Amino acid sequence: MIEKLIMYLQYPFVRYALIVGVLIALCSSLLGVTLVLKRFSFIGDGLSHVAFGAMALAAVLNITNDMLLILPVTIAGAVILLRTGQNAKIKGDAAVAMVSVASLAFGYLIMNVFSTSSNLSGDVCSTLFGSTSILTLTKKEVLICMILSVLVVVFFVLFYNKIFAVTFDENFSKATGVRTEAYNLMIAVVIAVIIVLAMNLVGSLLISALVIFPALSAMRLFKNFKSVTICSAILSVVCALVGIAVSIVAGTPVGSTIVGIDTLAFGMCWLLGTIRGGIVK
Amino acid sequence: MALITVRDLSLGYENRIIIEKLNFTVNAGDYLCIMGENGSGKSTLIKTLLNLKSPLAGEILIGEGLMKNEIGYLPQQTVVQRDFPASVKEIVVSGCQSQCGLRPFYNKKEREIAQKNMERMGILKLQNRCYRELSGGQQQRVLLARALCATRKILLLDEPVSGLDPKVTAEMYSLIAGLNDEGITVIMISHDLSAALQYADHILHIGASVFFGTRKEYIKSEAGKSFLLQQKAGGNI
Repeated sequence: MIEKLIMYLQYPFVRYALIVGVLIALCSSLLGVTLVLKRFSFIGDGLSHVAFGAMALAAVLNITNDMLLILPVTIAGAVILLRTGQNAKIKGDAAVAMVSVASLAFGYLIMNVFSTSSNLSGDVCSTLFGSTSILTLTKKEVLICMILSVLVVVFFVLFYNKIFAVTFDENFSKATGVRTEAYNLMIAVVIAVIIVLAMNLVGSLLISALVIFPALSAMRLFKNFKSVTICSAILSVVCALVGIAVSIVAGTPVGSTIVGIDTLAFGMCWLLGTIRGGIVK
Repeated sequence: MALITVRDLSLGYENRIIIEKLNFTVNAGDYLCIMGENGSGKSTLIKTLLNLKSPLAGEILIGEGLMKNEIGYLPQQTVVQRDFPASVKEIVVSGCQSQCGLRPFYNKKEREIAQKNMERMGILKLQNRCYRELSGGQQQRVLLARALCATRKILLLDEPVSGLDPKVTAEMYSLIAGLNDEGITVIMISHDLSAALQYADHILHIGASVFFGTRKEYIKSEAGKSFLLQQKAGGNI
């Protein structure tokens, strides 16, 4: 089996897939803790549907570099969703549900009406579940992905303490003069970038799994913010690597395999946490 | 000029006014207790003082060189905090965030301030423990230490003893009184009249009848008398 893996590693597209997979897994896990704790788990899901709508639009308009359309639209979506989350008129979760379902429907509709492709359901399926798109990345796409991931990681490290303060107690931070709105906005933009990146890896329906599973698993095991963050990053990267390897060897779809491994890891962490919680008190 | 001067302040939501034409002043070193029934707008008032909400009318003047990032605030606990994986140390030092500006990491001085305030609150031994596993009283001490990291001048406390048992409540009150003796101005929301009468030197009562003055004046006033009677009849709420 290992020989088979090594053989596959000779191919550049497999190496690209691994690099991109690791980077995306790393980025998506970083803000997971914040999203889970701020009760924003669902925003990832909502945004991925927005990204799907944008992708459909880009396909129909025949834009060659679809990132140029998807990224700004998703960022705008993130900003709007975070804003409405603070507004009492339409509650956050309802707003997310509304926007996400609407853009999903819109995306499928325009794909259906204007599509030039002969294999429509195949296209839709691969954007939703990311089936094989990660194995067909071009060098340019890999480069864009690397640059964006580095930006996300740098942002996270530089603003780590501020993200902590704003997540733990927004009112306190605001009252003591921290510019919470600006940071919330930044977090929203970064989430949007991560979602768009992660679409390549697992497809738009499974992105939330990539964002919340590592965070939730790490929270079973560790009890301070720094360890939880580091642990979820490591878990996420390991799961992505294992998932990609399994999917290559066993020929399963990449996205769902990674999410499957993530689920497994969560189960193990939960078990470990429960056992340890019984012993250490 | 006083530390905080409130002039003709009106508070409320879009079409419902809760408080109208409120006037009071807070001087450096004061211990002001804000009393009132549920829904009388105590928390709204604190939020307005902290600039988290904007008033419907009137103004809040801040004097004596008090900067916005020099206000310490002890909020009521939120749901998010109940399962937040954070160590005591991480939370306390986050009180220094306002002094950081755009600097990404805490410097040595800020870490020392955090250590000093943990010591002051008697939670130095707990510094690596997880916040959500602490008792209610310990959690309040952590949040108080964080508030002290943000200020050396003024503390705003929103019901600091709610949910604590009588012994821990008494400890908390004496802790706050100690801080006031050190020269920190305290503004506290409370339901607890006996504590207010014991510790505060000024009382602001809002609700159906509004009163502002010293503790002695309050006991003689109409608002004070009726509230006293109410609390005696209903026990401590």
